[in-house]
Amino acid sequence: MTTVATVGTGGEGAGGAAEPYTLSHLDALESEAVHIFREVAGEFENPVILFSGGKDSILMLHLALKAFAPAPVPFSLLHVDTGHNFPEVLDYRDRTVARHGLRLHVASVQDYIDRGVLRERADGTRNPLQTLPLTEKIAAEKFDAVFGGGRRDEEKARAKERVFSLRDEFSQWDPRRQRPELWNLYNGRHAPGEHVRVFPLSNWTELDVWQYIAREGIELPQIYYAHRREVFRRGGMWLTAGDWGGPKDGERVEKRLVRYRTVGDMSCTGAVDSGADSIEKVITEIAASRLTERGATRADDKLSEAAMEDRKREGYF
Amino acid sequence: MSTITSEALAETTLLRFATAGSVDDGKSTLVGRLLHDSKSVLTDQLEAVERVSVSRGQEAPDLALLTDGLRAEREQGITIDVAYRYFATPRRRFILADTPGHVQYTRNMVTGASTAELTVILVDARNGVVEQTRRHAAIAALLRVPHVVLAVNKMDLVGYREPVFARIAEEFTAYATELGVPEVTAIPISALVGDNVVEPSAHMDWYGGPTVLEHLETVPVSHDLAHCHARLPVQYVIRPQSAEHPDYRGYAGQIAAGTFRTGDEVTVLPSGRTTTITGIDLLGTPVEAAWTPQSVTLLLADDIDISRGDLLVPSKDAPATTQDVEATVCHVADQPLTVGHRVLLKHGTRTVKAIVKDIPARLTLDDLSLHPHPGQLVANDIGRVKIRTAEPLPADSYANSRRTGSFILIDPNDGTTLTAGMSGESFAAPEPVKGADEEDGWDF
Repeated sequence: MTTVATVGTGGEGAGGAAEPYTLSHLDALESEAVHIFREVAGEFENPVILFSGGKDSILMLHLALKAFAPAPVPFSLLHVDTGHNFPEVLDYRDRTVARHGLRLHVASVQDYIDRGVLRERADGTRNPLQTLPLTEKIAAEKFDAVFGGGRRDEEKARAKERVFSLRDEFSQWDPRRQRPELWNLYNGRHAPGEHVRVFPLSNWTELDVWQYIAREGIELPQIYYAHRREVFRRGGMWLTAGDWGGPKDGERVEKRLVRYRTVGDMSCTGAVDSGADSIEKVITEIAASRLTERGATRADDKLSEAAMEDRKREGYF
Repeated sequence: MSTITSEALAETTLLRFATAGSVDDGKSTLVGRLLHDSKSVLTDQLEAVERVSVSRGQEAPDLALLTDGLRAEREQGITIDVAYRYFATPRRRFILADTPGHVQYTRNMVTGASTAELTVILVDARNGVVEQTRRHAAIAALLRVPHVVLAVNKMDLVGYREPVFARIAEEFTAYATELGVPEVTAIPISALVGDNVVEPSAHMDWYGGPTVLEHLETVPVSHDLAHCHARLPVQYVIRPQSAEHPDYRGYAGQIAAGTFRTGDEVTVLPSGRTTTITGIDLLGTPVEAAWTPQSVTLLLADDIDISRGDLLVPSKDAPATTQDVEATVCHVADQPLTVGHRVLLKHGTRTVKAIVKDIPARLTLDDLSLHPHPGQLVANDIGRVKIRTAEPLPADSYANSRRTGSFILIDPNDGTTLTAGMSGESFAAPEPVKGADEEDGWDF
């Protein structure tokens, strides 16, 4: 009988990574992500990596650097700038771009508001306003593949997302018309004007991301680690005071020891109380956490039961 | 998850598995139970499920809501498409392809099984092996999933009686073995009560085997590379052309099968040129040997013409190239596949023009009967096809290599993924059996 793998009788095989010809789960995830980057480099004309300065996009860039070493990354970066950024993150972004000699595109929400194309929302949240600048930039620059750091463990609509996700000329996602993904044979065919969103971190979890960052010694913006910061309470989250609209009457600013689990628009990204000031402590904290990162820190996902799905359908990540 | 140290977790292995079960077999409950009892459901997710369950007037939290992510799924109470779930134990990380048991089962299960190293097939202990069970077993066999678990569910509803389990396990194992499934592990469970899913059952002293989770944690994922043909589809040529690396020319790809070592003599297909591996870069670090599924860059002794789409293989173990591919396929698109259909065929990193020359047979999974010359294959059909390609392909038999024996067909007009293909002769049975009609050459 020809079989493709060793046959055990069940229950006695060793699951340890010490076995010959096995890979640790981090090595397996890394290898898969690198394969995805190289497929895109081989099949598309004008790919771009969405880069927010958050840990997932930093991880994507790190993987892309390894995938093409010793040659440079054959992709440019795109930052959708809400105008409500953490200064540490912008600083990190600019240093990274300079260090690796990358090309950075910026799609600015503030520009759209200044030109009167988009209107500021009453709640000050700019996350939903990112979709138009993003999709118009994709069309203007004729990007045909757009890498996003989305992970399927983040949110249940994202659990349905493909690694290669076709978007129509309006950047829309139709979850009922997705291509089946078979083996590792990704289908990147698209018509002019359409593009493909590519998610090389699809199979990573938050904990995988942190373990890999620790293993590879990747630098992150300091706001991911515990620090003292002036915050106020809104909607069950600690938000940072800033020009974007807060604190309002009745919201009291206090100085607390906090860190961030995700980095997005300041208006809707909450900090968590934490004393984890090193990566080891962060990993211990996440492994013990009983909250998902989005549940803990993202106001935009709480707008409705299908908030993420609805935004994704329109072209958001 | 709170008891897991970061060091221990970083060293765990990864198992990809798929679940299969029909609507009322309790698949959602099993998946919910695995996630819940392995403490992979976090408080805010559970609260959301409880909130929605209460608002619908349900008495207990509906664990199926954990896995139904889309608006339409929640509204209609159905699962539309394959979803991927993640959980971990101290021993292993898991990627679960959660495939719906509804009408579109075949293509969804094929999608989930294509990357799975293990499939869990659920049966209801009261009903035993039914048509759907045979269908699931046939797909697991077709897709060459190395490990199959038969979870005999709802044991609580048959008094936890051993003979009930033994009869089902025996019938299924005999059937699966006939199909060529290399390994079956049968486990009596109650997903609802939690017997033998994560915790051993207190109700079934007669069962001495592992729980579902224990089995998932210990089933081997290493590859028997001694008998594998080494294969590297070239994805991308890395040429820095920088002052530091003026002459670097590396052939990047993910090893699809087997092991490569420096010093190996390799042949480039389809051109047939031969050279030697002078170096292997594992993402920037030189290594002596690399194996599947590592992504690597090979450096070669001679400056020969190699580009994306080529296949690097050991010179002593090269597959034949052919322009006439015979394969078993599962049709996954809504538009049918017909004789004369012009398509694109993606095999490894190579996409070539192709034409469907013949569809000799369609398989009925229910009774495994063959229908000769059906004229077309529609969504969810499994059949044999003969395809002529515009360029020679180095396709292995799927029976020998899941990666280099598989391909997809793509509609050149709109880019739709049409068909999942597995090349080679009949492979579902341990030994190919030639029927009276040599033309079909297929022994289902």
